[in-house]
Amino acid sequence: MEGKAHENDLNLKATELTLGLPGRDEISDLPNQTKKRSPPADLKNEEGNPDAKNAQKGTAPPAKEQIVGWPPIRSYRKNSLQVNKNTEAETAAGIYVKVSMDGAPYLRKIDLRVYKCYPELLKALEVMFKFTIGQYSEREGYKGSEYAPTYEDKDGDWMLVGDVPWDMFMSSCKKLRIMKGSEARGLGCGV
Amino acid sequence: MSEDPSIPSSSSSQMSEDDDRSPPLDLIDGPIPSSKSRNCSGVSGSGVGTSVENTVPYPDQVLENVLENVLCFLTSRRDRSSASLVCKSWYRAEALTRSELFIGNCYAVSPRRATARFTRVRAVTIKGKPRFADFNLMPANWGAHLAPWVSSMAKAYPWLEKLCLKRMSVTDDDLALLAESFAGFKELVLVCCDGFGTSGLAVVVSKCRQLRVLDLTETEVMDDDVDWICCFPESQTFLESLMFDCVECHINFEALEKLVARSPSLKKLRLNRHVSIGQLYRLMVRAPQLTHLGTGSFNLSEGMAQGDQELDYVSAFAACKSLVCLSGFREILLDYIPAIYPVCSNLTSLNLSYANITAEQLKPVISQCHKLQSFWVLDSICDEGLKAVATTCKELRELRVFPVNAQEDAEGPVSEVGLEAISEGCRKLRSILYFCQRMTNAAVIAMSKNCSELVVFRLCIMGRRRPDHVTGEPMDEGFGAIVMNCKKLTRLAVSGLLTDRAFSYIGKYGKLVRTLSVAFAGDSDLGLKYVLEGCHKLQKLEIRDSPFGDTALCSGLHHYYNMRFLWMSSCSLTRQGCWAIARELPRLVVEVMKSNEGEEEGDNFDTLYMYRSLEGPRDDIPQFVEILRPGI
Repeated sequence: MEGKAHENDLNLKATELTLGLPGRDEISDLPNQTKKRSPPADLKNEEGNPDAKNAQKGTAPPAKEQIVGWPPIRSYRKNSLQVNKNTEAETAAGIYVKVSMDGAPYLRKIDLRVYKCYPELLKALEVMFKFTIGQYSEREGYKGSEYAPTYEDKDGDWMLVGDVPWDMFMSSCKKLRIMKGSEARGLGCGV
Repeated sequence: MSEDPSIPSSSSSQMSEDDDRSPPLDLIDGPIPSSKSRNCSGVSGSGVGTSVENTVPYPDQVLENVLENVLCFLTSRRDRSSASLVCKSWYRAEALTRSELFIGNCYAVSPRRATARFTRVRAVTIKGKPRFADFNLMPANWGAHLAPWVSSMAKAYPWLEKLCLKRMSVTDDDLALLAESFAGFKELVLVCCDGFGTSGLAVVVSKCRQLRVLDLTETEVMDDDVDWICCFPESQTFLESLMFDCVECHINFEALEKLVARSPSLKKLRLNRHVSIGQLYRLMVRAPQLTHLGTGSFNLSEGMAQGDQELDYVSAFAACKSLVCLSGFREILLDYIPAIYPVCSNLTSLNLSYANITAEQLKPVISQCHKLQSFWVLDSICDEGLKAVATTCKELRELRVFPVNAQEDAEGPVSEVGLEAISEGCRKLRSILYFCQRMTNAAVIAMSKNCSELVVFRLCIMGRRRPDHVTGEPMDEGFGAIVMNCKKLTRLAVSGLLTDRAFSYIGKYGKLVRTLSVAFAGDSDLGLKYVLEGCHKLQKLEIRDSPFGDTALCSGLHHYYNMRFLWMSSCSLTRQGCWAIARELPRLVVEVMKSNEGEEEGDNFDTLYMYRSLEGPRDDIPQFVEILRPGI
């Protein structure tokens, strides 16, 4: 953030003419925050500068540090937007993949980030498409159902969901396909 | 004020300074000096101090009765104050018939005095801290405690129905006392208050069985882990308005759903961000009669993926045929924006100021909002979004554009281009609050000419002392044009590079200005002098970080009793200057304070806050406040 501030710095502060006394650019950690959940750390108001505090007159204010209460936005609003931003950031970074199911007319889209592990994902797929996935085993794949969840990975290969560790799956999965019937059984048997 | 972007209801218009046409607090209180009293019956004054009524009782009594009956219809504070000054009889009659009491500064008058004069009050509004306290310019615990007011009112007004507070410190105990003391209590409105938690709310909702309105706006509520929603009575409620969008605590949704189901009169509902869109749906289908809705997060609950349950949000909105005011969107999921299309053409008020959306995302919504009168939005919509607003919203009265990035050196997505577009398209504009990083005099001048109805003009150029970014000149001419051309202007906030010239314009032309906010502006004492000598209607003046000193302060001596308050922080005042004022004006309370609680004693101070008062120095000052009181 500081870097960016300097980029935009037209150095107005150094060249500005003012007959008045320099503003007292105080930055302080304010006591009346105690009742709130602490706002995220990058809100500039939190940075303290004890030297600036003691100078009432005469010293030039430090350039480009954020001033208490300026711009005049209530903390409540600032904090809310911060929360908003975080949520947005997460959404933006979400891993959205298309999910198709053999025989179903429409594709769906899900955010893999929402799930923490395979069982959660599989459960969600079951609910979404109203079917049952069989029991997974490393050796035999999904047994007990005519469906098998598969995914296309970065290399373009179709893999059975569940074979690789979850994190690896999350980073390599490009799309999901719920296979049905003989194709599914074919994938299931020993790879 | 009016943080409530809805069309002013009775409660928010009480709060709105810009609707406040009342005269200064009448300093002639208590018994009117007898030499000045005139008797209504026309008999020339005989007894000094004794009422002439004793000699001619009957006509006076009739007159008083008539008066009381007539005065009941007088609602404006200004008119009532005028009536009370006619004579003792009118004073009494007015006092007996005043049912709504407005205290603009909780320290200007004591609860005892107020309740002694006005004995039949049903609704009270009290304002506490000055506005700059919102921006962390005042340490916590400065004051504005509700406690003494609640204690007095508990005894004096057992039939109290309505309490509106702004910037007051309210404790759970205060709320408990309130709940116990007023059997017929109906409306509680808390704006920018703090000091209490969900336990206080729980007591109020459980004991105030007649409760119609519970509105919390930008108020901090501590999470005491109390399920206050469950504390509403089990039977049908009288609830008409429930606004808790600022409450950061999780709520019991099942209880809320049942509450809404048993509140047939509910018209206004503002949910907090912990209510998901799926939950919103369930509430909306139970309450299609809503006129005001705060949507909560407008997002899925955690862990749910889109598509998991596709509810018919569009129908839910379409069913709300009376919906005129929409807000919320705290964590907006853009895919769901189309759900609100069915209500757009009826909306008079839309608050998207927590939704970080682009111009493209805004357009399909705003293009349908032909009736919109109040619009709050983030600058993420850019100048292009503002152009879209200008194209469609011809009825717009109030616009607020907040920054996504509230920092001085951020990129500014809105500029003079947006402002000018709005001025071209929204000719009926009355109130604007506009945050930007760059501005030109030309755009401000254009607005002054196009929007002649402007009552409130608040422009915040976030970079301190920034000049016109095209010409490099100060912003004097722009603000000068505003005061010159906007003949109805009562509230002004200035920013950018401003010389004393800007203030000379304000003093010369701003004859109706009641509230003025100044930051990082002016060259010398002259600036403040122009304002204090020229703005005859000035009531509230808040200044920070500007080079105004003792001489300027003294130039306002003739006017300070007519003002509600003066705030000056980080200016060029000295202690001696403040003492001079305190000596000259004994009815002013002159507070000097340091902005940091822990600072050592010394001559330095950061802030002067002074206000007229009938009571003298308050007895609840914290350690960092000093009241300058000349020895008697």
